Amino acid sequence: MRGLSLDRGPLLPTLLLVPSAVLLGGLLAFPLVLGVLLGFKDATIGEAGNFIGLDNYRYLLTDPVLRITALNTALYTLVTVVFKLALGLALALILNQRFAGYRFWRSVLLLPYVVPTVLSAFAWWWILDPQFSFISWGLIRLGILDQHVNFLGSAWLARASLMVANVWRGIPFFTVGYLAGLQSIPKELHEAAAIDGASGWRTFWEITWLLLLPLTTILTIFSAIFTFTDFQLIWTITRGGPANATHLFVTLAYQRAIPGGALGEGAAIAGFTLPFLALLAWAALDALRRQA
Amino acid sequence: MRKIPRRTVLGWGLGVAAGRALGQAAKVEPVFKPEKDASLRLLRWSGFVKSDEELWKANTKKFTEATGVPVSVEYITWEDVRPKAALAANLGTGPDIIMGWYDDPHIYPQKLVDVSDVAEGLGKQLGGWYDVARTYGYSNRMRHWIAVPVGGTVECLTYRTSWTKEAGFDEFPRSPADLLKLARALKAKGHPVGFALGHAVGDGNNWTHWVLWTFGGKAVEKDSKTIAIAQKPSLEAIAYVQELYAQMVPGVGSWLDPNNNRAFLAGEISLTNNGISIYYAAKKDFPQIAEDINHSPFPIGPVGRATELANFSQAFIFKHSRFPNAAKEYIRFMLSPDQAGPWVDAMNGYVTPALKQYQDLPVWTKDPKATPFRDGIARMQHNGYAGEPGQQAAAALAEFIVLDMFADATVNGMSAKDAAARAENRLRRIYRG
Repeated sequence: MRGLSLDRGPLLPTLLLVPSAVLLGGLLAFPLVLGVLLGFKDATIGEAGNFIGLDNYRYLLTDPVLRITALNTALYTLVTVVFKLALGLALALILNQRFAGYRFWRSVLLLPYVVPTVLSAFAWWWILDPQFSFISWGLIRLGILDQHVNFLGSAWLARASLMVANVWRGIPFFTVGYLAGLQSIPKELHEAAAIDGASGWRTFWEITWLLLLPLTTILTIFSAIFTFTDFQLIWTITRGGPANATHLFVTLAYQRAIPGGALGEGAAIAGFTLPFLALLAWAALDALRRQA
Repeated sequence: MRKIPRRTVLGWGLGVAAGRALGQAAKVEPVFKPEKDASLRLLRWSGFVKSDEELWKANTKKFTEATGVPVSVEYITWEDVRPKAALAANLGTGPDIIMGWYDDPHIYPQKLVDVSDVAEGLGKQLGGWYDVARTYGYSNRMRHWIAVPVGGTVECLTYRTSWTKEAGFDEFPRSPADLLKLARALKAKGHPVGFALGHAVGDGNNWTHWVLWTFGGKAVEKDSKTIAIAQKPSLEAIAYVQELYAQMVPGVGSWLDPNNNRAFLAGEISLTNNGISIYYAAKKDFPQIAEDINHSPFPIGPVGRATELANFSQAFIFKHSRFPNAAKEYIRFMLSPDQAGPWVDAMNGYVTPALKQYQDLPVWTKDPKATPFRDGIARMQHNGYAGEPGQQAAAALAEFIVLDMFADATVNGMSAKDAAARAENRLRRIYRG
């Protein structure tokens, strides 16, 4: 009889929601709120600190390092996502063909994505080494250069090098997404286009690309979120150097909050990412909703 | 405070084996009587050489045998100790003892057990502490010792003797000016020098602090409030580093801690600053280079005294530990001659102890090339000089303020004035009242 009472009324649905509410609230919302609040305090490691309102933010807006960091984060995200999308799509189109060994190449392609980032970051660190880079070595051997490339030792080259490493790691995310997308496009559409005598280029733009657009939105937004918050590549390869030229918001927040002990200020730096991330998350949810 | 019985120091000069055998035989009453059913957790940095952890484990086992107190030791990468220690301090739970670095204990002095009895006892027994060790271990705020200094991973200038001779220097330079002359001559002979200007936590911070200090510069005045970096001595130091940078191998702007080791062993550079690790790596894999390597203290500039910075480690006990006496006894035991002697010897000079008497250990003279590392603690200035150790000094170091000032003025092409002004602004923020 007791079972019956659970079946009626709002009790059961509420009970069923409790575990997810506790999980989401406890693991996501609570720490997030704490983090945001921390950004309004002058807490350091070892001192709980006082509430100081917007002081951290006010200071950070005058901090030249934060300005460089904001620029870096924006560039890093924009440039790499564009390249990842273009190259990922191109690779997906190639791998969508049935050629000898296509299964093998599809799995090879996943490698950058499945290798733990720290390991691939270490590999890149060696590839970009000022003394032992095999790229420099090869170019010198070929007679194209007469000295090593200073990949990470000057601001702009370091930024570009990190972007290349990030693109390399992020391409498979797009490729795999697009491969799945391509395979869900009905063959009939391409066949009809072929019968109508449409060129390959036109078929791509008017059928393939159009049908992939909703997927593109989702892939781009998620990739932007991952890139925006990239930590491991930067921290392993440059630690934000030379002279803070390659910091992203998250690496700068970490450097100042954890080794530096300025918890409040670090939280405030992380706070700068929130509006962007919220916007991206909202866009992602909106895109998902519209597709459903 | 209990009086520490003076024990005959048996291990001196007898070598590792003898020290170990005697150590094992000795069963003495503990100075600090461990609590009933005590057990300890230690968090420390993982060894720079394998023998470090081997000996540490063996010594810990001896401690457990002598006192019945089990100790679980967790080894983590040296750079990760600070965040973990801070977490333990903030949460009030975690390891009983931590072997941390630099200013760590001064960040949360109120959360640490007063270890004056251990520190003063060891000091009396073993020739005293170097001045800098006292600065690191004693809290002026608490008016007692908050940590027991362990030692430092001293750095020296590591150079190729044949190339230095080829460049016309039979003796290694004693002044920064002569060092620059040597660097120029080396570069002219196709053997550039290399000093890390990337975010190299050890090597980069160490040499840039030396150069700032040796020209008389400092981040902050004695009051730990007045920022003093944008002043004449800093500008002179920057001008000097700009000239030195011109003699360096390309790419130092991206160097992290391991880069100079690799470049040196590959013969790409003739001179760099490092712990003894390059030499031992060479001894193992490139004996010809090892033969050609020698070490020198950093030159002394206008300020007229040695001003080196090196990673400095100390052991501290949290008040949240349920077994403070056992923890004190463990630290005392591990730093006593029967244990520390073989331990330091086995590390081949990677770590220089903070107690003066350990300069007599065989490791410092067995191979004369290790001798310059022996007196490294005596040549050190504490991090945050001329201010006091603490959260602000720790933050300035962790944020590479001094290092980045030099990197800005070289790698990033900024003027000396602008680079110093940027450092000054950030330091003002860090040291704000």
